[in-house]
Amino acid sequence: MILETESDWRPSASLEVLTLRARMLERIRAFFAARGVLEVETPVLSGAAATDPHLQSLATRYTGPLFPRGQVLYPHTSPEFPMKRLLAAGAGSIYQICKVFRDGEAGRLHNPEFTMLEWYRVGFDHFALMDEAAALIAEALVGGRALGAPEKLTYREAFERHCGLDPHTADSVALAAVVQAKAIAVRGDPAREAADTLRDLLLTHVIEPQLGRGRVTLLYDYPASQAALARIRPGDPPVAERFEVYLEGIELANGFHELNDATEQRARFERDLAQRKERGLPAVPMDEWLLEALAHGLPDCAGVALGLDRLVMIAAGVASIQEVLPFPIERA
Amino acid sequence: MATYNTNEFRAGLKVMLDGDPAAIVENEFVKPGKGQAFSRVRIRNLKTGRTIERTFKSGETIEAADVADVELQYLYNDGEFWHFMNPKSYEQLAADKATVGDNAKWLKEQDICIITLWNGVPLVVEPPNTVTLKVVETDPGVRGDTSGGGGKPATLETGAVVRVPLFIQIGETIKVNTRTGEYVSRA
Repeated sequence: MILETESDWRPSASLEVLTLRARMLERIRAFFAARGVLEVETPVLSGAAATDPHLQSLATRYTGPLFPRGQVLYPHTSPEFPMKRLLAAGAGSIYQICKVFRDGEAGRLHNPEFTMLEWYRVGFDHFALMDEAAALIAEALVGGRALGAPEKLTYREAFERHCGLDPHTADSVALAAVVQAKAIAVRGDPAREAADTLRDLLLTHVIEPQLGRGRVTLLYDYPASQAALARIRPGDPPVAERFEVYLEGIELANGFHELNDATEQRARFERDLAQRKERGLPAVPMDEWLLEALAHGLPDCAGVALGLDRLVMIAAGVASIQEVLPFPIERA
Repeated sequence: MATYNTNEFRAGLKVMLDGDPAAIVENEFVKPGKGQAFSRVRIRNLKTGRTIERTFKSGETIEAADVADVELQYLYNDGEFWHFMNPKSYEQLAADKATVGDNAKWLKEQDICIITLWNGVPLVVEPPNTVTLKVVETDPGVRGDTSGGGGKPATLETGAVVRVPLFIQIGETIKVNTRTGEYVSRA
């Protein structure tokens, strides 16, 4: 719930929650130090931006030495691209805790700027990283309620269990029938929506609230059409080696067995940009440095990005992100 | 035709839903880790009073409803219509039974009501939160009882029936909360 109170100079998070947050950050840094993962910092501002049609970047402008006529810079939506450049340069396993920025996202679980914990493990696949993500969450929540053993669930199993269909083979008509059976009302005929839109609708409205109850749920092997920057494992059907981490019905993290094929990466960027054009979204420059780094060679690795504010929410037992941020956007 | 997009959604916004005027009660922004964002809205149909859920893709638009609240004075009922007047302009409006509904039993001449107008036509009639009405019928109370513990039914001048303390007698005027239908105090 966005706070609709009048402007107020006071923080919307209690000092207790801010203390809990600081302690959690200490434990997270100790967790990575013990595992030999290096903390890094990469630029917040970049001349390139995320191409994903569902991710909107903010934009700002630098004018001065080096760019006398001015240069549009995008505050990052995640530090993924420069961190991969570090990986390609031989940095080994790395992590970063930083603010990231997204246009158009505000609500009970969203603030346009939020804190992301992102880490990459050289030599890990998505299964090994899922285990580590669950261990990190358990460590971050030390002192609070104990969690049950993590649950691993494929995207297909989750849909079979909660929606009674196979999400990989179901078409829009079949998905729309479940949308209607679950009494989710949308504008117009749901059968005319794209299959991925309907999968997202069922995931957010029906499945997510059931996930991560009393234990971490790791949802993995996504439809290839939702691969983002994950490798696609051939098979019938092929699946994206991608996972998401849920706790108490809240999506905490998204991870990939990282795509390291520069040609495939460029093709996905171009497909994203074509979709952006179709939908009337702003065109953004793709990250050519990332593509060069991938062409040079990204070590086999898996990476995951975790919304730290939401983890603090769960640790503090509060219902909104505004209660863990001292100054959310409406007070910033 | 004025429209609102999902970024403008907030509680209280008046919109057209399936041809009827409606008010947004609650709006939640929902987004999977990667993928389509939605506005999940609880929305109340102002004609039927029914609240339903509706989900919009981020960026979708909805037609604005030409709905306004005005304060009008209740004048009289002619058997079919309830007549109201704007105390400043003396302009008059009539509301039918479907619009007034159960609130008819709280309407007393001269009281100021809030009328929700849709395209200039009354949609909802809200009586004041508290009204003062005369008791026209009730059983004689037990002498000496002042606590009102058990209470008894009383019929008021507008036809409303409320529970009142035992000491209230015919001919007295009392204050009643119209939202709960409960006795408040002697007037």
